[in-house]
Amino acid sequence: MSEAIKIRALIQGEITTLRILMQHPMETGQRRDESGQVVPVHHIRTFSVSLNNQPLIAGQLNTSVSRNPLFAFKARGIRIGDRLRVRWTDNIGDKREDEIVVS
Amino acid sequence: MRTLPDTQQTLRRRFLKGGISAAALMPFLSTGLLLPTRVMAAEWLQAAFTANTLGGALKAWGAGNPSESRDIQFVVPEIAENGAKVEIEITSNLPGTQSLAVFADKNPMPLCATMDFSPPAIAYVKLQLKMAETMRIRALAKTSDGKTHVAFREIKVTLGGCGGS
Repeated sequence: MSEAIKIRALIQGEITTLRILMQHPMETGQRRDESGQVVPVHHIRTFSVSLNNQPLIAGQLNTSVSRNPLFAFKARGIRIGDRLRVRWTDNIGDKREDEIVVS
Repeated sequence: MRTLPDTQQTLRRRFLKGGISAAALMPFLSTGLLLPTRVMAAEWLQAAFTANTLGGALKAWGAGNPSESRDIQFVVPEIAENGAKVEIEITSNLPGTQSLAVFADKNPMPLCATMDFSPPAIAYVKLQLKMAETMRIRALAKTSDGKTHVAFREIKVTLGGCGGS
């Protein structure tokens, strides 16, 4: 079971900064563990951010995005009470989806 | 999904290829024939992400022949001590920016990430990359007129980040 996506929205007048932390190992498939075994590739492929069920941002990632990907985005006109939902899917089919109400 | 009349199907295909302006499609958006979800790419661009040459990755992403632009603000560290986490920030001030992509020229698979933006999102992203060695990285922006634009930065990496965690 994957860990919750952390979503923060900081309203600064018209512009809101979104910070999104997706907890994921983002293994490149090039790293070896202590016993010398190659750690299989395991990374988030796609994610999306929606605002009140409308698509806002759609992202696609490679293994070269750092472990526990942290993103900042910006959007106009977000208000208290709006719902922000983030979803990701990785290369082995694991998914995670979390939502916050902007406060 | 319901079947659309031929002309609308054609319009949508052209729109998805970026060959028609968003303004021309406003009537369709309002009728729900072109839902915003259809505009944004949902499938992982396998060919572009797994390309192991810069040229191959750029071509598969559809970079075309981008012109260098000062309207892409590209903030990177001059020196990265840890190649496993190199923070970069991209803002496109180009009107009608729909997508941003980041390529690390010398990484084993150069395409790192792509982002598609729908209003009210602003064409801005901050993220962290793994970088194998000192290299040039590039930010590409696709605008609604179908053009691509690019900005370059050089980052010195003291400790490479691809084999590590």
